[in-house]
Amino acid sequence: MSFFEVKNIVKNFGGLTAVNNVSFTVEKGEIFGLIGPNGSGKTTIFNLINRFYPLTSGEIYFQGQRIDGLPTHKICELGIGRTFQVVKPLRRMTVLENVMAGAFLHTGSIARARAKALEVLDFCALAHRKDVEAKSLTIADRKRLEIARALATEPKLLLLDETAAGLNPKEQEEAIAIIQKIRDAGITIIIVEHVMKVIMGISNRILAINFGREIARGTPREIANHPEVIKAYLGDAYA
Amino acid sequence: MTAKSWLTPTIIAVVALVLPFLLRDPYPQHILIMILIWATLGTAWNLLGGYAGQVSFGHAAFFGLGAYSAGLLFLHLKISTWWGMLLGPFVATAVAVPIGLICFRLRGPYFALATLALGEIFRLVFTNWVKFTHGAQGILILSTFPTKLPYYYIALAIWGLAMFTLNRLINSKLGYYFVSIREDQDAAESLGIPTTRYKMYAFLPSAFLAGLTGAFYMNYIAFIDPHVVFSLGDISVMVILVVMMGGVANPWGAPVGAAIYIALNEIFRAWLGSANVLAFGILVCLVILFLPNGVMGELGQIRRTAFRQKPAAAGGGQK
Ligand SMILES: Nc1ncnc2c1ncn2[C@@H]1O[C@H](COP(=O)(O)OP(=O)(O)OP(=O)(O)O)[C@@H](O)[C@H]1O
Ligand SMILES: [Mg+2]
Repeated sequence: MSFFEVKNIVKNFGGLTAVNNVSFTVEKGEIFGLIGPNGSGKTTIFNLINRFYPLTSGEIYFQGQRIDGLPTHKICELGIGRTFQVVKPLRRMTVLENVMAGAFLHTGSIARARAKALEVLDFCALAHRKDVEAKSLTIADRKRLEIARALATEPKLLLLDETAAGLNPKEQEEAIAIIQKIRDAGITIIIVEHVMKVIMGISNRILAINFGREIARGTPREIANHPEVIKAYLGDAYA
Repeated sequence: MTAKSWLTPTIIAVVALVLPFLLRDPYPQHILIMILIWATLGTAWNLLGGYAGQVSFGHAAFFGLGAYSAGLLFLHLKISTWWGMLLGPFVATAVAVPIGLICFRLRGPYFALATLALGEIFRLVFTNWVKFTHGAQGILILSTFPTKLPYYYIALAIWGLAMFTLNRLINSKLGYYFVSIREDQDAAESLGIPTTRYKMYAFLPSAFLAGLTGAFYMNYIAFIDPHVVFSLGDISVMVILVVMMGGVANPWGAPVGAAIYIALNEIFRAWLGSANVLAFGILVCLVILFLPNGVMGELGQIRRTAFRQKPAAAGGGQK
């Protein structure tokens, strides 16, 4: 039994099939990349995993337990954290309070939640912003806050949705470093990313999708040279 | 808690305890009691609407249920209306349970609309179910105490209970969860917060305190009718205006808003007659324009402006 498994998942939005019969497994400790052009269904797959949307059909398993059908907060409680592509900071709370909101999952004590949050902020190199209201953060810091807040819930599996999008090259390097640090801490990661440098550099395996369907899977090198992937990203003329 | 965080509440408690001995006339004592009633009702609303972000347009429903619990006990069972202060809060809470269970699962303005409807439904039912409620004729009792003083201390105790409850809740994990839900429900769920359950944790104490306030109101005023205690404009909406005036999601927002409201009410009534509600509404609009976080919420801002200091690094303004 795999650490995490998605089996034949389908999601219809009215007439549109956003995710069409996708299956994959993720093993403990790896970084699993999920790529595809705009609108190909990557974020929707995350939204199905943490049950923002119910599946149209299919099954999802985490550590041997079937989790589709469980409410969103329960899925987090089981150990699946996520970030949002369109960041969702708790705007009128400070950075520290944002991260504490995550840390309260495992404690009822303010002191302990605070200590945990400070530790995570340190880990994400965000401690110097801890007393700033989340609404006044730069986009790079907001992306980082997304990660810190999810980490505070002590996930075993972390879903990262475009955490390097909109960052400058230096910030991207920092984002990569943080993601690698998270992996080194023993947390399994599924990462969605448009920035190829990021995803090719750190993923163990990659699944490429287009129009909600799998088009290729393999190592970063195999994916980079796969004709279907090149076609999906660059158009038919390049295939 | 630090010594300093006890200082303000202690001073306020001492002042509140001796105040009626400084203001010996019934009239100022009545004003103080009305401020305490509104401060309590406002604090109840603020816990739910201000902190947890679940805006109720029908807190008159819970206030009125508390009042009628007391009134009907007397009417039908000839039991002292003071027992209503025991029954009323539980009746209000019991009515809140199904409303919360249904509405908190839904997205959008359902809760606001449901509470709005709830208040109006109770007003109509209590007006028309004449056999049980005496309808628009209302319920009249004889006051228990000849002086204001006992009422003042009871009102003070109820307000103290509300402030204590609010502060205990918001300075705990629950407070963080309430504000998280208010700021972004999706983010809150994804952080493992069972949002429906925590909205209930804000709603039930809020309804309880509103019911308690209503039951006290029956005892104090000694007369209720459905159009007064279930009033949309004079209670449900007014409590929102009072909290907005004082400061939404600020522990002192409701008491400060209540003091301003009742004081202005008395001043304007002498001048403007029934236009005093309008005048208060206009004032709230001005406050929203210039002090969007209410008087207490902007206190730091006002002080900084007054002393011409640079604003400190942006910080947790809400808590
Ligand atoms: N809630 C929704 N209702 C209707 N359609 C939706 C909804 N969410 C997503 N879609 C549609 O599903 C498809 C996949 O969207 P999704 O956001 O998953 O793409 P994505 O791969 O994350 O794209 P991007 O790279 O731009 O983030 C799109 O056509 C989108 O318009
Ligand atoms: Mg996306």
